[in-house]
Amino acid sequence: MAHRHEVIVVGAGGAGLATALYAAREGADVAVVSKLYPTRSHTGAAQGGIGAALGNVEEDHWEWHMFDTVKGGDYLTDQDAAEVFAKEVIEAVIELEHMGLPFDRLPNGKIAQRRFGGHTKDWGKAPVHRAAHAADRTGHMILQTLYQQCVKHNITFYNEFHVTDVILEDGVAKGLVALELATGELHLFQAKAIVIASGGFGRIYKVTSNAYTLTGDLQAILYRKGLPLEDMEFYQFHPTGLYPLGILLTEGARGEGGILRNALGERFMERYAPTIKDLAPRDMVSRAMYLEVREGRGVGPKKDHVLLDLTHLPPEVIEKKLPDITEFSRIYLGVDPLKEPVPVMPTAHYAMGGIPTTLWGQVIQDEKNTVVPGLYAAGEAACVSLHGANRLGTNSLGDLVVFGRRAGIHAARFAKDADYHELTEEHLGPSRERIERIKNSTGKEKVAVLRAELQQSMMDHASVFRTGELLQKQVEILKELMDRYQRISIDDKGDAYNTELVEALELGYLLEVSEALVHSALNRTESRGAHAREDYPERDDHNWLKHTLAYKVADGKVAFRYKPVVLGRFEPKARTY
Amino acid sequence: MQVTLKILRFDPAKDQRPRWQTYQVEAEPWDRVLDLLHKVKWDQDGTLAFRRSCGHGICGSDAMLINGRNRLACKTLVKDLGSVITVEPIRGLPVEKDLIVDMEPFFAAYRAVKPFLINEEPPPQRERLQSPEERERFDQGTKCILCASCTTSCPVFWVNGTYLGPAAIVQAHRFIFDSRDRGKRERFKALGSGSGVWRCRTAYNCTEACPREIPVTQLIEEVKREILFDRF
Repeated sequence: MAHRHEVIVVGAGGAGLATALYAAREGADVAVVSKLYPTRSHTGAAQGGIGAALGNVEEDHWEWHMFDTVKGGDYLTDQDAAEVFAKEVIEAVIELEHMGLPFDRLPNGKIAQRRFGGHTKDWGKAPVHRAAHAADRTGHMILQTLYQQCVKHNITFYNEFHVTDVILEDGVAKGLVALELATGELHLFQAKAIVIASGGFGRIYKVTSNAYTLTGDLQAILYRKGLPLEDMEFYQFHPTGLYPLGILLTEGARGEGGILRNALGERFMERYAPTIKDLAPRDMVSRAMYLEVREGRGVGPKKDHVLLDLTHLPPEVIEKKLPDITEFSRIYLGVDPLKEPVPVMPTAHYAMGGIPTTLWGQVIQDEKNTVVPGLYAAGEAACVSLHGANRLGTNSLGDLVVFGRRAGIHAARFAKDADYHELTEEHLGPSRERIERIKNSTGKEKVAVLRAELQQSMMDHASVFRTGELLQKQVEILKELMDRYQRISIDDKGDAYNTELVEALELGYLLEVSEALVHSALNRTESRGAHAREDYPERDDHNWLKHTLAYKVADGKVAFRYKPVVLGRFEPKARTY
Repeated sequence: MQVTLKILRFDPAKDQRPRWQTYQVEAEPWDRVLDLLHKVKWDQDGTLAFRRSCGHGICGSDAMLINGRNRLACKTLVKDLGSVITVEPIRGLPVEKDLIVDMEPFFAAYRAVKPFLINEEPPPQRERLQSPEERERFDQGTKCILCASCTTSCPVFWVNGTYLGPAAIVQAHRFIFDSRDRGKRERFKALGSGSGVWRCRTAYNCTEACPREIPVTQLIEEVKREILFDRF
C-alpha cells in the first residue's frame, strides 16, 4: 500500500510527538509512523524532571543553565545549541503546562522544581532547584500530554509500522518503506519532509535502562546509506541502575538528598566532587562507582556494586516524590528503600551522539553543514549537539521538546514549498529482499545468541572505561559478528506479527551503531565527558576540541571527518565540581 | 527451578481456534514472567509472539492473563506464581496472534472521552496556578499507562464491547477533576451515554487488575457522582 503525507515523523516518543504536534499547528498534513503504540515509547520511562530556569524555588537564570550544559558536556557542546536550548526550554515547560501536564506544585501554585546532577547556581557554586517534575514519572507525563494533544489535533498514526528504509535519491529524502507488523505487508510512504525521532540504542549493551525496542534502527539505516553519525563515542552510563537489572533509578533520588555509599559506608563522592558531591554529572559519578568497585570497596558477595542510601530521608518524601523507584526496588529486589540502601551500578542510558543536525533539525551530511533537503532528526536519535560529551540529567526531556518543536516547525514550512517525489513499487525492493533473505535463510546462526555476544562484548570492551587495546579487540569482534549475521535464520516464516523477524532486523541495526561507536571511540585519543580512555586520561583541546563524523565505508571500515565545536560565551576550562 | 509454562497460542494462518502449548523453562525465583517468555522465544520457539518494550512496568505493552489474573508480564515474578504458570491474552479484545490482541477498540474508547485538557481561555504568560491540593485531586489517574489490564478484566466489557471501560473513564476522571479543565460537560456526552459509566456494576476486577494500584472503581464512582450532581 502507498500513503502520502506532507510531513512524516518516524517515532512516537517525546521528540516525535512534539515534532508532529508543532508541524500540525503550522498547518501541515502530518503522520507519525512508529513500531510501537505511541504511549509505549521510552520517553515514558524518564523519571526525574525537565530542567528549566523558571526560578520558582530560588534564583535561576538561563545563562546558568547554558553554562552548566556546556560544562557538563565537557565543552564539546555547541554553544549556539546550548543558548537556544536554555532560553527556549523555559517556554517549552510553560507550554507543556498549558497543554495540561500535571507538574507537581509549590504551595504558591507554581511548578515545583528539584535539584539534579550538574545543575548549579552562580556558575557552579552549589546545586540549584531547576528540574520541574511530576513525582518520578515526569517522562510518562510528557509522553501522555503530547499524545493527548496529538489526539486533539487528529494527527494520523501508523502504529506498529516498523520502518525498513529511508528513500534518499539525488541527495534528497523522498519517502519511507515500513513493514506493517499486523500483516507483514510493506508500505510505501511518500513525504515532502521526513523527521527521524526514533530514539536511542541502549540495547547494544548488556546492562541498560533502555527498552528492548531501542535498537538504533534509523541511525543505522542512514549510516548504511553513507550519511555520517556524529560523536558516537560519547555514550552515557547512568550511575544508578538497579543492580543487577539496570532499571533506572532517577538522579532525582539524589536530588532529594540520597547518598551513594561504598562497602565501608563512606560517602565516596565527597572525594571525587567535593563541591556538589552526589550531584556531580553522570559520567563522573559512574566512573567513581567503577573505581570504588575496582579498588575493592564494592558491596555484596561479589563486591561488584555500591549502595544508594535514602534511609535518612523522611518516609513521606520517598513515598510522595519517588513512588515509582521505591516500587521498582521493592518488586524487583525485595529491598525497601525506606529501610535499607538500594544496590546500584551504572546502566547504559543515553547516546549523546547520533544523526547530525542544524539548530532546526535539518540533517547535515558533512563538516560544512551541508543539509540533506527534506530530512530532519530530533531527540536522542539526533545530535544537535546540545549534550556534547556528556548530557546533564533532565536535558533529554528539554531537548526533545525544544528541538522537536523546531524540527516540526521547519519541516512544515519546508513542506509548504516542496513537491512530492515520484515513488514506485520498485522502492520496496531492497526491504523486500532483506526480509525474504532472513525468512528463507537456512543458516545456523541464532539472533539471540549473536545479540547476547554483542551486548556482553560491548559491556566488556566499550563501556565506562576504555583502552585502545580493548576497543581494537571489539573492532574485531564486531567484524566477526557482522559476518555471522549474514547466516542468521529464524523459525517464524509467517506474516502476521512476525516479531522474530523484527528482532533479526533490529540486531542488524545494533551491529551498525556499535560499529560506529567503537571505531569513533578507538579513533578519539583523549578522555572527555563520557569517553574515558585509560591510555589517554587527559582532555586534549588542542587536537580534539571537535566533533567526530563517522562514515561507513564497508563492514569494519569507517572513515572520519571532523566538525568544529561552536564556541562562544564560555571558554573551555578544566572541569571540576 | 524448573517451570512449566503453558501458553495459549493462536496463529491466524494455521489455527481455527487457540491452542495450549507447554514449555519447560529453567528459571530463577526473581525472574519476571517476561524473562520466561523471552527464554521460550529466544531458546526454544521463535514463533511465539507477544508485545513488550520497557520491561519494568512503565510502557504498558505486556498486559496478559497470568495464572488467571490480568498482570504485566514484566512486573510479575516467578516466586509469586509457583512452578506452573499459565499465560493467555487479555480478554475481550480480538486476538491477532498468540498473546497479541487488537488494541484499536481500546484506544477508540480512550479517544471518545476527549483525553486532553480542554480550556479555551487564553493562558497566562507563565504557568497556570494550581495548589498542591488541587493537583492531588486527580493524581491517581495520571499514573495510568493504558495497558488495558482493567478494561479487559471487566465482565461488563467482556459481554458488551461497546462499553467505554474502566481505562477510558480513568482518563476522563484525570481531566474532570483537574482544576484547569473546562471540558467536563463535553466528556459527559460519552460518559453519560448508554455505553458510559452507568454500565459499571462495581465488580472491582479493574481495581484488582491495575498494575499501577489506581483505585479504578473509586474513580469510576466519582465520575458517576459528578454526572449526577451536575444535573442539579
